[in-house]
Amino acid sequence: MAGTQYRGSEIVDVDQFLNDADGLVSEREKEIGQHIGYRYDVNLVPDYNRITPFLSKYMEVMGWDDLNWLEDVHMGYEEGAPAVFDRNNNGWVRIPNTIELPDNQQDRDMIARELLIKFQMSDRHPLSDLRKAYMKF
Amino acid sequence: MASVSDAELKQMSQEERVTALGMRTEQLTGKSLHIEFDPDAEERFTYPWAPEVDFNKRTEIDTVDMTTTEVNGRIRELMAEGYGTIVLQNPRGKHSLGVGILSKLNLIIEGSTGYFGVGLIDGPNIRINGRVGWSCGENMMSGTVMIEKNAGSTFGAAIRGGDLVCRGSVGSRTGIDMKGGTIIVGGDTGALSGFMMQRGRMVVCGNAGKNLGDSMYDGTIYVGGDIKSCGVDAVEAELTNLDKAWLTRKLTQYGLMPEKGVDHFTKIVAGKQLWNYDNLEPSEKKLIL
Repeated sequence: MAGTQYRGSEIVDVDQFLNDADGLVSEREKEIGQHIGYRYDVNLVPDYNRITPFLSKYMEVMGWDDLNWLEDVHMGYEEGAPAVFDRNNNGWVRIPNTIELPDNQQDRDMIARELLIKFQMSDRHPLSDLRKAYMKF
Repeated sequence: MASVSDAELKQMSQEERVTALGMRTEQLTGKSLHIEFDPDAEERFTYPWAPEVDFNKRTEIDTVDMTTTEVNGRIRELMAEGYGTIVLQNPRGKHSLGVGILSKLNLIIEGSTGYFGVGLIDGPNIRINGRVGWSCGENMMSGTVMIEKNAGSTFGAAIRGGDLVCRGSVGSRTGIDMKGGTIIVGGDTGALSGFMMQRGRMVVCGNAGKNLGDSMYDGTIYVGGDIKSCGVDAVEAELTNLDKAWLTRKLTQYGLMPEKGVDHFTKIVAGKQLWNYDNLEPSEKKLIL
């Protein structure tokens, strides 16, 4: 992780927060009982060699030459389970355990982006009901 | 949640709709929403309520005698009619043009815009063949914005996603409070750019003014020219091969790739000395969380 002068611990393994949900490594983290910092590298830029066919089609439909806002989407962890942060409902959405995770962050991020798009564009998304309830025009 | 048809909802007041949709009766379960992805979800690429637009269906609006509200309303009407490419003629520096467009669209503005242009957008591709005033692309969620000339201060303030590109130079406080997305400046940027940046990427092909990245919490700033000075807790980091590949791709995409490549870019990140929340006593921290 870039900029490591803070008092958290280094992320050393892609499965670190699956095997150890608390992730308390540094003395300060043990003292306060919480991991300091993100559980993934928020600054990791995507490797376009690993893009999925679905995401390529999404780019084409939207008229974009790259992943655009999805460059900021990564697979993270919530309570020891893999999850993706959904900005449209300000919460984590978990990855079902039927989906096998690849062994590297770049491929996991591509899966996260694909699942997030499908969820956000579905009628299941909380924004659909919020829109029905509060839309003014 | 109760099953209510759209027709029934349309007959209700907002208060009745909120109650009927269960928003007053569902109990919150803490920080987690406990929502799980559906692995068999249908492949969709636009929001269910987004108008079906065709990029090849094109029209123009002469904005000379229209107010901003009328122009923005007309854009929505044309999108509902399926127009996917809309050209605004004679913007004459109007403020807040093209704001709040929440689905895909090609919007071309032939001229310059005033303050807070094309803010709060989620999806469109916008080209402005002129200059823009303060806070262009403010709170942008996704899409692309290309400005052909110069931009004012607070360019891309609080941007959350998408690509915001200015071929020329921009004023001060570029990307202030940005929380995602990419800001690209073909020329120079003023003082305090990236102030309190929390996430996302900023690329400056020219020079950066003083206090670059002041009080940034996270995110990355790439500068091709000179940096007058870095702000509090903004530190230089190693430019990796992945950074170089990403910069090359992005700058080539917008026709801003320098002849000498990207190896000379300086990468600035947060030193994270300002992550002071862990200075709290453990009992105080637990109380807050």
